[in-house]
Amino acid sequence: MEIIAALMDGVWQALQPTNLLLAFIGVVVGLFVGAMPGLGSVNGVAILLPFTFVIQEMTGSATSPMIFLAAIYYGAMYGGAISSITLGIPGASPAVATTFDGRPLALKGQADKALVTAALASFAGATVANVFFTAFAPPLASVALKFGNPEIFALMLMAFATFVGLGGDDIPKTIFSICFGLVLAAVGFDEITGAPRLAFFDIVEFQHGIRFLVLAIGVYGIGEMIWTINSSRYKQTHTEANITFATVTAAIREFPKAWKGTSIGSGLGFFVGILPAAGATPGSLMAYGVTKMVSKNPEKFGQGDVDGVAAPEAANNSASTGAMLPMMTLGIPGSPTTAVLLAGMVIWGLQPGPLLFSNQPDFVWPLIGSFYVSNFIAVIVNLAFIPIFLWMLRMPFTILAPLIFVLSVVGTYAAYQNMFDVWLMLLFGFGFYFLRILDYPVAPAVLAIVLGPIAEPTLRQSLLLSDGDWSIFFTRPIAGPITVVAIILILLPVFKLIRDRLRSRSKEAT
Amino acid sequence: MRKAELIMAIVLGLLSIYLMWKSGEGPSWDPTVQRFDNIGLIEGEGPGSGFWPFWLSLIMLGCCVWTGVNWWRRTTPPSQSEEPFLDSYAQKMLLFVGGGLIGFLALIHVVGFYGAMLVFLIYYLYFLGRHSITQTLAISIGTPIFSFFFFDVAMRIVLPKGYLEPLFIPLYDMFL
Amino acid sequence: MTKFTSFVAKTAGIAALAVGAFSGAAMADGHGFKPIKPIEFVIMAGKGGGADKMARLMQSIVEKEGLSARPLVPNNKPGGSGAEALVAMKSASDPDHTIMVTLNSFFTTPLRQPGLGVDIMTFAPVGRMAEDTFLLWVHKNEGINSFEEFVAEAKKRGSGWVMGGTGKASEDNIITDYLNDSYGLEIKYIPYKGGGAVAKDLAGEQIDSSVNNPSEALGFYESGDVIPLVAFTDERLPMFPDVPTLKELGGDFSYFMQRSVVGAPGMSDAALAYYTDMFTKVYNSADWQKYKSDKSLMGDFMAGGDLTSYWQTQRDRHETILRASGAIK
Repeated sequence: MEIIAALMDGVWQALQPTNLLLAFIGVVVGLFVGAMPGLGSVNGVAILLPFTFVIQEMTGSATSPMIFLAAIYYGAMYGGAISSITLGIPGASPAVATTFDGRPLALKGQADKALVTAALASFAGATVANVFFTAFAPPLASVALKFGNPEIFALMLMAFATFVGLGGDDIPKTIFSICFGLVLAAVGFDEITGAPRLAFFDIVEFQHGIRFLVLAIGVYGIGEMIWTINSSRYKQTHTEANITFATVTAAIREFPKAWKGTSIGSGLGFFVGILPAAGATPGSLMAYGVTKMVSKNPEKFGQGDVDGVAAPEAANNSASTGAMLPMMTLGIPGSPTTAVLLAGMVIWGLQPGPLLFSNQPDFVWPLIGSFYVSNFIAVIVNLAFIPIFLWMLRMPFTILAPLIFVLSVVGTYAAYQNMFDVWLMLLFGFGFYFLRILDYPVAPAVLAIVLGPIAEPTLRQSLLLSDGDWSIFFTRPIAGPITVVAIILILLPVFKLIRDRLRSRSKEAT
Repeated sequence: MRKAELIMAIVLGLLSIYLMWKSGEGPSWDPTVQRFDNIGLIEGEGPGSGFWPFWLSLIMLGCCVWTGVNWWRRTTPPSQSEEPFLDSYAQKMLLFVGGGLIGFLALIHVVGFYGAMLVFLIYYLYFLGRHSITQTLAISIGTPIFSFFFFDVAMRIVLPKGYLEPLFIPLYDMFL
Repeated sequence: MTKFTSFVAKTAGIAALAVGAFSGAAMADGHGFKPIKPIEFVIMAGKGGGADKMARLMQSIVEKEGLSARPLVPNNKPGGSGAEALVAMKSASDPDHTIMVTLNSFFTTPLRQPGLGVDIMTFAPVGRMAEDTFLLWVHKNEGINSFEEFVAEAKKRGSGWVMGGTGKASEDNIITDYLNDSYGLEIKYIPYKGGGAVAKDLAGEQIDSSVNNPSEALGFYESGDVIPLVAFTDERLPMFPDVPTLKELGGDFSYFMQRSVVGAPGMSDAALAYYTDMFTKVYNSADWQKYKSDKSLMGDFMAGGDLTSYWQTQRDRHETILRASGAIK
C-alpha cells in the first residue's frame, strides 16, 4: 500500500507541466535519434547531458533532468524499431532481432502492421517492466548481485542456444558465420592480458575492436542495399505502404494475436535487463528465439510473423527499464546508456546505490512515475509518426537508396567519430554482399559480434577464479542449471539431424 | 556460381588460417613469448589470449572444408547453379554503385562530409537514377544542409570538413 | 567529368581564399588565441567510466559558465587502454583545437606499447584537475576490520584470495602487485573492464577485495556492504577519517590516479595559455570543488612546467613498477 501511495504521488509529480513537457520533448528527440542508424539512445543521452545542468538550475531538482534523459532513452527504444522495419538497418544492437520479421513484413507491404505491432509491444513490455520495477526493485537488486561472471557466461550460452536455429539451411555456412562474428569480436584489446590482439597490420584503430554498428550498418546498410538494387534492376520501384487510418486501426485490433511474443518478451527482457553487463540485446535475442521455439508455426519466423516483431520489441523496452534497476539500486550500469545516465546522476549530486531508495525518495518516485508517463507519451507519439515513416518508404528506390548510403556513412562516423570505422563498414558491406550471393547467412555473424564481447571475458574471468577448472559452470547454484539447459538446447538440433538422417537411411534401405 | 562457391570457400579458408596464425601472436613488449604459446589452456588460469580466436578460426577452417566437400558432392544450390556469379548487369551495377561509394568515402578525406555528400548525391541521382536536374539539386543540396543542422548544430557531432573547413567558420560563429 | 573538375577547382579556389581571409582575421585580433571552431575533447576511456564522468562534468561546467567561445565536443577513444587516443592526439590535424582528458594509462600505455611512438612529454600541459585516490575494500561478511587482519587472512588463503580490479597492468594491478610483494601474499588478480563491475562483484561477494576509487565504491560503502581498510594516500582522507593510510601502518607506498587535461603535441603557446586559463576557471568553480570533495579526490591544480615535471616523475615511477612486475621487459 505504501508503494502505491508513493507511486501515485510520483505520477502526480511527473504530470506537473514542466516535467510533462520535458518528457514529451525527450520522447520526440529519442524517437528520432533512435530511428537514425548509427545514433542511439546513448548518443542522445550523452549529447544532452550538459544541457540537463541548465534544467537542474531552472527547476532546482535533479528529478526533472533525469525525467528528460529517461524519456530520451525510452523514445530511442521505440525509434530503434522504426529503422529496423522501414530501412532494414538496426539503428542499435537491441533492435537487430526486430529486423528478422519486421523487414520481411515491410517488404510485403505491411510496414504499418509491423510498426504498430512494434509500438504496442514496446508499450506492453515497458509497462510490465515498470510494474515489476515499482513492486520489487530492492529485492531484485540482490538477485542481480548473485550473478557473477560464471552466471553471465551461462546466460550468454543460453542466448547462443536460442538462436542456433536462426541460420540458413546450409549448416557449415551458418557455423562459419557464427564463428566469424565471434572472432571479429575478439579483435582489439584483450582486457585480461592488457595487450592488443589481432590488431592487423599494426593499425592502432583496430585496438578499439570491431564494433557492432560497423558490422551491422555495413551488412544491412550497404550489403543488403546493393543486393536489393541488383534484384530490382534499376526499376523505379518502391515498397508498397498504405497510410489510411483504417489500416492502422486494423493493425491495432490485430495486435492481441501477438500475445505470445509480447508476454515472453516482456518477462524475459526484464529479467535479462536487470543483470548488469547483459543489457537489452541478449534479452531481445533470447525473447525472439524462445518465442520461435514455442510457436506453433516456427517456419513462419523470418518470413514476417507478428510474434517475431512483438517479442524482441517487448523485450528490448522491458530490458531498458530493467537496466535502470541495477543503475539506481547498485550504481552499476547495465548498458552504455545507463552508464551515461549514471554519470548524470553523479553530476547532479546524487549517489546511486543501495541507499538511493531510502535516502532520496523525492528523486526516485517521481522518476518511476515518469516511466509510466513517458511510456504513454512514447506510444502515442510513435503511432502518430507512423505515416511519416511510411511516406519515407514510398520514396522511389533510386532516391531512397542513395539517401540510405549517405545515412549509413554519416551514421557510422557519428557513432564513433572515426573514418577508419567508416572504411571498415564499407569493406564489410561489399564482403557480405558476395557472401550473401553464395547463401552464407549474415545474421548469425551480427548476433555473434554482440554476444562475443560479453561471453569471452566472462568465460576467462570465471576460469581465472576457478584456477582453470571448467566445473565452475556446473557446480554453482545459479550457473549450473542455466548451463545444463543451454547445452541441451544447443545439442537438440544436432540430435534431431542425426535422427532424421538415420530415419531416411532406414527408409532407403527398405 | 559453381566456380565462385569453391573460390569463396578457399578464400575464406585462407582467411581462417591467417586468423589462426595472427591469434598466436605474443605481446609486442615481450619477445621471449613464442608464437602459439597463448592459444592453449594456461595452467591455473584458463584460456590464454589467443585461445578464443584460434580455435574458432579452426572451426571456420573446418566449415570451409565442409563447404568444399558439399561443393564436390553438389549438394548446395550454388554448387549446382550454372548461372554466373555476377552477370553483366550486376557487374556494371557493382562498378557504378560500389565505385560511387568508394569515391564518396575518398572524397570525404578531401572535401569533408558535406562536400562529398553533395557530389555523391548528384552523381547517384542524376547519372544513375536519371532524375530531373531540379529534383537532383533539391535533394543533393538539401541533404547536406539538413545534416549540418542535425549533426553539427543539434547533436554537436562535428563532421570533418576537409579542405572546406574555412567555409564553415562563419557558420560556427552563427550557430555554435 | 569536366563539370566535376571545374567544380573541384572552384571550391579549392574558394577554400584557399577563405583560408587567407581567416588567418588574416585571426592575426588582426592580435593578442591571444580564441578557438574558431568546435574543440575536440578526446576522452581516453569509454562512455560511463570514471574518466568519462569527469570529462562530461568539465564539459557541463564549461557550458554552464560560458567559459569557451566554441563548444567542447567529447569524443571517446577507449581503444587499447588509451593507445588509440594517444595516437589520435599525436596525429591531430589541428592541435590548437584538440585537447584530451587523461588518466594513468597516459604513463603506462606508451611504455607497454612502444610501437605507438608516442612521447608524452611532447603533449601540452593544460592542467591537472585532481588526483583520484585508492582504498582497499572488503565485504563486511568477511569480518575483517583492519589491514593487519586482512594480511593475516589473505596469507592464510594464499591464491584463494581474489582481488578484482580494472584492467591488466593498470592502477589496481600495480597496487595488488605491491601488496603481494611487500606482505608475502599470493592474491589472485582478476582484471575487469570497469570499476563499477568490480564494485558490484565485491558487494555480491564474487570477489574478496578490491582497490576501487572512492567514487566507485561509495554506494556500497554507504549501505554498509563494503568497508575500507586502508588508504593508499599520504594523509587520511577527510571523508574516511578513521581509515589509516598505509604509511601510518609502516608501508612506504602511496598511489594516485591523475586526472589531467592535455593538449595535442604541437599546440601553440597562445592556445595552451587559453586552455590553461579555461580549466583554471573550471577547477575553481563551485561545481568542481563540490565534486572533488564528494568523491574524495585530492590534488591541487597544476599546469605548465610543474605538470611536465610531474609527468616525468610519474612516468619514471611507472616504468620502474612495470619493469619490476614483468609487465614490460
